[in-house]
Amino acid sequence: MSFATPTPTAHRLRHIRRKFSNLCWQGLAWGAILVVVVILLWILSSLVRNGWPGLISADLYRLSTAAPGSPSGLANAIYGSLVITGVAIIIAAPIGILAGTWLAEYGRHHWLARKLRYANDVMLSTPSIIIGLFVYSMAVATTQHFSAWAGSLALAIIALPVIVRVSEDVLAMVPNTIREAAAALGAAKWRVIVTICYRAARQGLVTGILLSLARISGETAPLLFTVLGNQHWSTDFNAPMATLPLVIYNFARSPFDDQIALAWSGALLMTLFILALNLIARLFARRGGR
Amino acid sequence: MTTASQQQKRIWRRNSGDVGSGAGDSGPCGAGPGGSGPDDSGAQDAPQPIGFLHPKFSWATLPDRGFYGLSFIMVVLVGLLTLSVLAVLIIESWPSWRQFGVGFLWSSRWSPTKEQFGALPQLIGSMLTSVIALILVVPFSIGAAMALNLLVPSWLKFPLSLTIQLLAGIPSIIYGFWGLYLLAPWLEQVIYPVLLALGAEESAGFIFAPIFAHIFAAPGSGISLLTAAIVLAIMVLPYIIAVMLEAFDAVPPALRESAYGLGATTSEVFWHVILPSARQGVLGGIFLGFGRALGETMAVTFVIGNAHRLPQSLIGPGTSIPASLANEFNEASSPLYLSSLVALGLILYGLTLLLFVLARKLLLSEEGSAKPATAKGKS
Repeated sequence: MSFATPTPTAHRLRHIRRKFSNLCWQGLAWGAILVVVVILLWILSSLVRNGWPGLISADLYRLSTAAPGSPSGLANAIYGSLVITGVAIIIAAPIGILAGTWLAEYGRHHWLARKLRYANDVMLSTPSIIIGLFVYSMAVATTQHFSAWAGSLALAIIALPVIVRVSEDVLAMVPNTIREAAAALGAAKWRVIVTICYRAARQGLVTGILLSLARISGETAPLLFTVLGNQHWSTDFNAPMATLPLVIYNFARSPFDDQIALAWSGALLMTLFILALNLIARLFARRGGR
Repeated sequence: MTTASQQQKRIWRRNSGDVGSGAGDSGPCGAGPGGSGPDDSGAQDAPQPIGFLHPKFSWATLPDRGFYGLSFIMVVLVGLLTLSVLAVLIIESWPSWRQFGVGFLWSSRWSPTKEQFGALPQLIGSMLTSVIALILVVPFSIGAAMALNLLVPSWLKFPLSLTIQLLAGIPSIIYGFWGLYLLAPWLEQVIYPVLLALGAEESAGFIFAPIFAHIFAAPGSGISLLTAAIVLAIMVLPYIIAVMLEAFDAVPPALRESAYGLGATTSEVFWHVILPSARQGVLGGIFLGFGRALGETMAVTFVIGNAHRLPQSLIGPGTSIPASLANEFNEASSPLYLSSLVALGLILYGLTLLLFVLARKLLLSEEGSAKPATAKGKS
């Protein structure tokens, strides 16, 4: 049919067929997008519906987790999550930024940089539970007790490759002319990096840290074997501590309704926190014109 | 030490206060190591000295050396960390491998009381859930990436891609929680009865009925391998969409426009031009998603049922490697039990490593530069 001159009807038929299939495929593609949006809305709406009543009660932030039936809140878990992730970021951020600096500023085309970049990407795709096993063997099995330190260490190891990656990318994007100008004024290389490149890439560096913070805030698997969780208020970094993800994990499977409600509230709180971090980081990066 | 390298060191020392250490630094667009831009000198492939402890010491260069040394130590630390994860897993799982040998991989006994361990149920559970998740997710992700690439008007593109990024940001425990309380009951009441009916005699399944009867046998519970696979599919969806979209967006506009110019419809442009030229990126994205699905822990633990036997039915309970680890690690009493669990972790690590290498090969060969797309879905 294709080599003979098509008759008017055949031509029109083919035209209709192509139009039709085009319409079908476009409809399916829009449908796929719609499914993604619907799933997000379903998850968020169920979180809000189940978690909102608990979220707005002051007890949630005043009381610690307690036995079922007695009034309880998530104060100890919120505190634990904040300090453990905070310490993890404090450990990971300088190491990550410095490592990214080496990759971008010193060893950009060095063979070692290529290997180390690969190693960093491997770390980036390592399942978090494997990091949990690693830190258990290194920090918990050797000291014979679970501790908040071990949890911070595990989260730092998860955050590290993200920060390295983003730092390297944003530093590599700083135009060379700026470096050359600074060097021409007589600045030593480390001055150029610290006062010029870091300044120029500030937004990107902050974005990287925010993204890694968002990533580790919800991590549960590596905390299972390291922090263990704690029913009571504890500020001792050498002892098990309560964290939000662990409380959600334990209470979500509890047979008691009040504990399940607490888990919903915790889940909503955590999700809002992480979504806000993600939004801030993305808008920040967008405004910075990356 | 040859004279040549000494010469090079002297040159480097002369320039050490200068920016030129990354010789031939390409601009922000960064021509890769293979590419040769006009400003690339031949020196870029030659190894540059990294020795921060230079033999000729001088106070003036101390801060410079110090900063270099510090950043170098940090980057080496990152590299060592990667190696030590593998080393620690191998060392810790050694007792188990010595006890059970390679047969650990295909033994299906898992009995802590008798100290008999085999990885087969977990391995099969992991592979089954991940593969089913991929089968479910690939059509959706291709469709969504196609819509974002070709159909969505530009004002809608940012909110939609933001939605997908937000979906990627939700922690896995939330997916598990949601899966346990909302998805699993819904599947159990609405979808699984249909699947059970397909397997029934004289059903709509026709000649496939025996197969369906085998795959979708009772109990048809919401806590099952299939539910785990569906939750996994939802979780890896945003990652795969992100990688695919990046591959689609990288197709030169000239190709697309010339196809339109020949009179192709949008769907023809997609199927005959964009998809074939982004083939490797699509495959790479699928492998990345596979690796992610294999390692996903919390979401699966909630809904898979944690039954330590070979799966009897897709809509019955099973277990996976990460779910086993999460459930049993803190309860493992004997050293051999612990070591066997770490051996499971090692198998998982090996699998994800393999998938990572494959995905990276595909994504890199497509882009032809040193910037892999692996992290883009995340960052």
